[in-house]
Amino acid sequence: MMRARVSVADRGRNSIPSPVTLTLLLLLLLPATPCWPAGTGGDLMRAEVDLSDRKSLQRGARTFVNYCLSCHSASFMRYNRLGRDLNISENVLKENFMFGTDKPGDTMTVALNRREAEKYFGIAVPDLSVTARSRGADWLYTYLMTFYRDPSRPNGVNNLAYEDTAMPHVLWQLQGWQEPVYKEVIHDDGRITREIDHLEVVTEPSDKPEPYRDESYEETVSDLVNFMVYLGEPIKLKRNTIGAWTIVYLLVLLVIVYLLKREYWREIK
Amino acid sequence: MIKYLVALRDWVDARFPLLQLWNDHLARYYAPKNFNFWYFFGSLALFVLLIQIVTGIWLTMNYKPSAENAFASVEYIMRDVEWGWWIRYMHSTGASAFFIVIYLHMYRAMLYGSYKRPRELLWIIGMLIYFTLMAEAFFGYLLPWGQMSYWGAQVIISLFGALPLVGDELALWIRGDFVVSDVTLNRFFSLHVIAFPLVLCGLVGAHLIALHEVGSNNPDGIEIKDHKDADGVPLDGIPFHPYYTVKDIVGVVVFLIIFCAVVFFQPEMGGYFLEANNFVPADPLKTPEHIAPVWYFTPFYAILRAVPSQFGGVVAMGAATMLFFFLPWLDRSPVKSIRYRGWKYKTALGLFTVSFLALGWLGLQPATTTYTWMARVFSLIYFLFFLLMPFYTASDNDKPVPERVT
Repeated sequence: MMRARVSVADRGRNSIPSPVTLTLLLLLLLPATPCWPAGTGGDLMRAEVDLSDRKSLQRGARTFVNYCLSCHSASFMRYNRLGRDLNISENVLKENFMFGTDKPGDTMTVALNRREAEKYFGIAVPDLSVTARSRGADWLYTYLMTFYRDPSRPNGVNNLAYEDTAMPHVLWQLQGWQEPVYKEVIHDDGRITREIDHLEVVTEPSDKPEPYRDESYEETVSDLVNFMVYLGEPIKLKRNTIGAWTIVYLLVLLVIVYLLKREYWREIK
Repeated sequence: MIKYLVALRDWVDARFPLLQLWNDHLARYYAPKNFNFWYFFGSLALFVLLIQIVTGIWLTMNYKPSAENAFASVEYIMRDVEWGWWIRYMHSTGASAFFIVIYLHMYRAMLYGSYKRPRELLWIIGMLIYFTLMAEAFFGYLLPWGQMSYWGAQVIISLFGALPLVGDELALWIRGDFVVSDVTLNRFFSLHVIAFPLVLCGLVGAHLIALHEVGSNNPDGIEIKDHKDADGVPLDGIPFHPYYTVKDIVGVVVFLIIFCAVVFFQPEMGGYFLEANNFVPADPLKTPEHIAPVWYFTPFYAILRAVPSQFGGVVAMGAATMLFFFLPWLDRSPVKSIRYRGWKYKTALGLFTVSFLALGWLGLQPATTTYTWMARVFSLIYFLFFLLMPFYTASDNDKPVPERVT
């Protein structure tokens, strides 16, 4: 079910981005259907994103620096911003989060350089600073959940959200190994093809590292995606609150300017 | 204190026509008293222009116009510059808001016949503003240097390449390189922050001067200057200041509430104001599967794709925008306002509205066979609205127009 690519035509079908409709959308404040980059996903799993959950963001940051940051950079993000926003003290930050540098003002870069990366993986390893904004949280969650064994691939794994991905299953210690369960699909023209129905964990993780023993893989990935959404736009933690106060102020102002207008217009017949 | 301020005013006024300007354009500029909802969008357009200029100045302080640093400098603004995210979202939302406001402003003119005599030149200056705004938005969209910035610019510039004989040379001249590159980014930056804003402000000034010369139209489409009192003041006119200044401030605050709701809660607007793919840095070697321009260009983009030949498409797209210029002469009806027009114009405008919105939607979709045929039908209606206008407006069963505003 997940293999079926969303046809590009389906995207945005529920929303008509015309001037008038856009105005209506603005008025109703309905988020329109997101436009994901084409051809990168099938039916996506839903990621639970909750930026108010500080603990989840901290756990996600831990997974991020331990697993992702070995190859991927997040070169627009500074460590001290991370500490400030997620309530991590400078000592803990230096001890547990910073491996490549000891200056908290530095950005989250990696030692692995682009040329080496291309040699190992065949492609440049992308920077992850704004990946949650380009791919979307649901895509990231699905991607991290759906690595499966595929002996035909150079690194032995494939992925349902990103076919023939170059990335190995870095989190295998936490998830174990999955294999696909196939189903036969009969097409309208009578052809029968074998397609992946779902994935099954065939090898449970035997030796999970210490901090992950008490949480399921779903929880780990959820926290990681939550963190990456924060990473994509750190101000998101405060933006809505600032916005709410701004609008309260404007509503009060509206009452005042409306009364002013009514006072002046009283004399116009 | 007041005495000194008055003395200062008089000192200036003896050397500069301060009071005269104030009176001509505000205190003794008489506007019809029956403006409705549609008449907020002129002052709102001016307000959005102000937002764009002020936020633009502050963005320019931290933005770096080079292929190497542009994308990173935008993220620097979003993260490390104090309130940079707020300034950037105001500017990106402001771009879309500008088009929403301008489209509604233009639609108002079509509802109430504001382009008709004696306001033809006012309309033409307005259309020049619209063209300048499209260019301004196009140049600005390249600056974040994301995938959509890059490939959107690549596609639109290559349209010029479809022109016969000079096409390729022209496209090369615009880009300054064989592909969109650092050179292109630099010149687009220059055009976006200096050249076109200057032209825009100049044209807006001319638009206002022309408006105040001929006077505002109104929802009844009748001339208030035809009925004046003994002092030469239109009987149905009221001074712009204070009446419409206090009224427009209400409009500005309502606009700001909606605007801030987007800026603070939905800055990407579901991918229509800030596209997801534009958070991927520009990569000249990787063409995205689906390139669509930003929503405000999509009606014309749909028309472009509806025509089978590329050159024909470019001509059709150009014609679709240019036809607006001729409205004052295509429209032969003696009546201005939709209120007193016959069924023919009302039907035609209704069909045009549906076509414009449908084309806007289709321009965002991939060009499948069904969608292309739909785009063709709507493009045809779009063009017929203009081309048949001299006939259906001349023979319409218009209603009698009242003497005074209602």
